[in-house]
Amino acid sequence: MKAAKIWSWFAFGLAVIYFFVPLIGTFEFSLRARRGVYSFDAYRSVLGDPQFVATFTYSVVLALFTIVFGVLIVTPTAFWVRLKLPQIRPMVEFITLLPLVIPPIIIVFGYIRLYNTASYLPLTGSAFGTNILLMFGYATLALPYMYRAVDTGLRTIDIRTLTEAAQSLGAGWTTVIGRLILPNVLVAILSGAFLTFAIVIGEYVLAALLNRPAFGPYMVWMGGNRAYEPAALAVIAFSITWACMAVIQLATRLSKHTRAQR
Amino acid sequence: MIAGSKQPMAATTVRDLPRRRLGASLPLTWLGVAPFLLFALLFLILPTIQIVLGAFRTPDGSVTLANLQGLAVPNILNATWLSMKISLLTALLGCVAGLALAAAVTRGGLPPWLRDATLTFSGVASNFAGVPLAFAFIATLGRLGLMTVVLRDWFGVNIYATGFNLISFTGLALTYLYFQIPLMVLIITPALDGLKREWREAAECLGASGGQYWRMVALPVLWPSLLGTFALLFANAFGAVATAMALTGPSLSIMPIILFAQIRGDVLQDPHLGYALAFSMIVITGIANFIYIMLRSRAERWVK
Repeated sequence: MKAAKIWSWFAFGLAVIYFFVPLIGTFEFSLRARRGVYSFDAYRSVLGDPQFVATFTYSVVLALFTIVFGVLIVTPTAFWVRLKLPQIRPMVEFITLLPLVIPPIIIVFGYIRLYNTASYLPLTGSAFGTNILLMFGYATLALPYMYRAVDTGLRTIDIRTLTEAAQSLGAGWTTVIGRLILPNVLVAILSGAFLTFAIVIGEYVLAALLNRPAFGPYMVWMGGNRAYEPAALAVIAFSITWACMAVIQLATRLSKHTRAQR
Repeated sequence: MIAGSKQPMAATTVRDLPRRRLGASLPLTWLGVAPFLLFALLFLILPTIQIVLGAFRTPDGSVTLANLQGLAVPNILNATWLSMKISLLTALLGCVAGLALAAAVTRGGLPPWLRDATLTFSGVASNFAGVPLAFAFIATLGRLGLMTVVLRDWFGVNIYATGFNLISFTGLALTYLYFQIPLMVLIITPALDGLKREWREAAECLGASGGQYWRMVALPVLWPSLLGTFALLFANAFGAVATAMALTGPSLSIMPIILFAQIRGDVLQDPHLGYALAFSMIVITGIANFIYIMLRSRAERWVK
């Protein structure tokens, strides 16, 4: 038993080194922009770069639209499948898992061929259309996480009784979904939303191949042209991911709290 | 899985009443999932079918196998082999290291909070894949990276003099492990929790050593989970583009990078060869995921 414990600490120690040294290394590197002393020059240069502001804002706005669209498409579906169509559940679950099976590069390749200017739905013909297409693409990438989050949220409430109660009080479907189901699974939706946010902010392949000025392609461009700024960008991107995950953890803990009260 | 075992029961109770009532208005019920199905069809299924069909068509529309045969040229075969190698290697190392770490925090007698911290960190790190991860490794093990400099100045070891280069197969594998190991930890921890304390006690009563317990009880039970996760990690590495793109640029031609270049600028001089390449990627990740799903349902027999 004693040997097992020493061995466990050893394995854990190695893991700590492997996982934390790159984080420290990135931060240290991002401070080296001024010769001889540590400074935040790289951050200043990144934050002052109009390209950074433009691409970052673009990705944030796109992430927000993706979240709204994802919630609007996933919540009613998950609700409806649980309430009325449990027999198609395996099929819907299979579809929502497909984006994990098909690499994103294949999906965007299909978009480019399917929605080019010569097609029935020439989305790539205009900047606005391409933005829409990119948003649909991100909603597709986020689908597995969003659906699973919302579906888990729905499992914890008795949707049948709630729906019947609301309907007997005269509520229509919009009211049921908007004022009953959505607030009840809000915590689950939030965790799906923040994961979506983290995915969209750093995404590269879709944005690059659809030629949109998003944060991912900007980072790659910086990586090829600057020395210390990429490390600063990595620190910023990691912080965003960490912040999103922290919010999800917090939300999950809150939901456990409310569930315990019932 | 708990959800799976509950599902048939819930389904029968739900079916009894409303089905008869809704039988006549079935199309109306289906209308509720119509937006979702339309979305999935337009932005997930049709694009994929487009690629698959394109792989078997000539530019003028007739059916052919020539595109797939066209893949048998040295640069594509090399890329496929390189992609296979990197995916197999990082999946294997990810499985071994992930299992060791998960076993250490779940079964190794470490403080319980370390287990929670490890799982939380794994949840985050498995999402780190992408451009920033490549930057982090350049800042750490690149020519001027922290580790490179520390090893050189403090220990007198110049890793670049020993032939190490981050912009290489080894470097890419080392970077991929940063998201492969956490994914393994996330998936294998529930399986390790499924190992019952009684099995270990029973084995010890019969005189088994710790090693014998792992070899003859724990590993056979974990085997489907391990193989399944291996397949998942393989697919995970196989489809990754952004990390490789930001780390090595086009210098390391793995399959997704060739496809990326093809989509951007038709480097293969034949658009239908691009379809064929994409199709073979779907087949490879599809098989790997299929193996994962099959083995996961086998593994779940024990986690009840």
